[in-house]
Amino acid sequence: MVYAIVGIVVGVILLLLVIWLFLTYNGLVRLRNQTKNAWSQIDVQLKRRHDLIPNLVETVKGYAAHERQTLEAVTAARNIAQGAVGKGVGEQAKAEGELSGALSRLLAVVERYPDLKANQNFLALQEELSSTENKISFSRQFYNDSVLNYNNRIQMAPSNIVAGMFGFKTGEFFEVTAPAEREAPKVSFA
Amino acid sequence: MKSMVLVAALGLLLLAVGYMLGLAFMDNGIAGLIIALVIWFFMNLFAYFQGGSMVLAISGARKIGPDDHPRLWNVVEEMKIASGLEKMPDVYIIDDPALNAFATGRDPQHAAVAVTSGLLQKMNRDELQGVVAHEISHIKNRDVLLMTLCSVTLGAIVLLAWYGTRIMIFSGAGRGGRRGGGGGGYAVLIIMIVAIVLAILAPILAQLIYYAVSRKREYLADASGALYTRYPEGLASALEKISGSTIELKSANQAFAPMYTANPFRKNGRAAEDLTSTHPPTSERIRILRSMAGGASLAAYNMAYGQVTKAGKGIVPGSALVGGQTIAAREAAAPEPQPERIERVRETSDLMWKMSNYGQVNCQCGTKIRVPPNYKANTIRCPHCGTVNSMPPKN
Repeated sequence: MVYAIVGIVVGVILLLLVIWLFLTYNGLVRLRNQTKNAWSQIDVQLKRRHDLIPNLVETVKGYAAHERQTLEAVTAARNIAQGAVGKGVGEQAKAEGELSGALSRLLAVVERYPDLKANQNFLALQEELSSTENKISFSRQFYNDSVLNYNNRIQMAPSNIVAGMFGFKTGEFFEVTAPAEREAPKVSFA
Repeated sequence: MKSMVLVAALGLLLLAVGYMLGLAFMDNGIAGLIIALVIWFFMNLFAYFQGGSMVLAISGARKIGPDDHPRLWNVVEEMKIASGLEKMPDVYIIDDPALNAFATGRDPQHAAVAVTSGLLQKMNRDELQGVVAHEISHIKNRDVLLMTLCSVTLGAIVLLAWYGTRIMIFSGAGRGGRRGGGGGGYAVLIIMIVAIVLAILAPILAQLIYYAVSRKREYLADASGALYTRYPEGLASALEKISGSTIELKSANQAFAPMYTANPFRKNGRAAEDLTSTHPPTSERIRILRSMAGGASLAAYNMAYGQVTKAGKGIVPGSALVGGQTIAAREAAAPEPQPERIERVRETSDLMWKMSNYGQVNCQCGTKIRVPPNYKANTIRCPHCGTVNSMPPKN
């Protein structure tokens, strides 16, 4: 009789342990997928910015053709940034930082051309560009939030046991290194 | 978890009302219980599948695309990204000068955000972002579902209590006489009295619980909104503008009040601690957001809440605060990329005309002529310079 009770108690405890194991494991996988998904969101927005730039350069050229140097710098920075896609976080962040710097210089130059600033096409592009800058920083923010959540789970008891058992590795934060890139969302456009 | 306790209390209240009414009329509490649950179930079913489209239809909201109002669309998309929502919510505009916004949809896959045209005109980009972030937080926190559940339960209680008291008034006396006599008389009498008291008190109690849940979810949506935007001042300043406006929302409906950013039925000069309001006092919400001391995390909001309300405890559930780090608020957005107030008004009114199927003819003298949708002639004369303009082709 006593053995039966002990057996049932041990059985229930084991069952709860297994359920907890499954839930924790699934939770970790879900968080890991969320960080991956968040990472791809950053790429989507960076690509969107790359796509907007040729259009912007064309529009500005129509009004400010002799700002050739600035325009070429933006195009060159864009091409480098596009080339840096998939070459690792550090390099990509650096190239995007350069691009942000070149863009802010271009948009500072635009100040001198009131006709351009009144152009509907340019205004629409400007809204798109500034919103894309916001989306880049918000997707980075969400990525970092997700990584923080994920890392907390991996490092904190008791889920750290499950994480250790199945080899979950902590995620890497998207740190902004280039000072120009850190400035990006604050750029004044008009 | 306090919300869950309140929702459970609401459910228990419904069961109690059903049981007592069943006992009073059919001598069978379980039957009353089952009737109450069946009514509740069907009301829920309807609300679950129809609630979202109904609130949008009642408020006269119109769906827009990315090109109709790029700034609003972008702001919603920015907040969608910041909150990690998987699907872009539908975006609606309500043609109404009042300043308000609401979120709807039973789950994040079927969500919609609606803002009034007045809001689009009065808010700058940061403020609009704050309001949209608050609404996206309602979606993300599943408040729409929670509040629908609460209002359906409240509705079921009110319905049962209403019919219960009416039946008692008109037939209770006769029934009591018929059943009277013997030792059971007292028991029946007591049951009847308890049922009557419950039928009168339950709707009031349910209403108070409902308001308490709603207020709590508002605070939480403010907290998440500040976290998503990293800019509590945006929402604070928007709330300030909203509370300064005296225009009442034309199309608001009592049942949907918790979905709005600010209470559409707000009366001025209400007490700070008001038990019968769907929203916390706006001044208090603003003070909390401004007391976050440069932080934007849920923990910072929690602390500010404790300080401002002097409740001695926070509002954010402990599970959401685990392992949190300090998160700094960002700077204000650059002022330039946003159109000035007058441009926002023009842009919004252009959009509202367009959405009412009005045509627009630009005369050479600079006048914009709005052409009503039922205007049939091929030419239109400019009221300013007299030029006869030909109508653009209809599509």
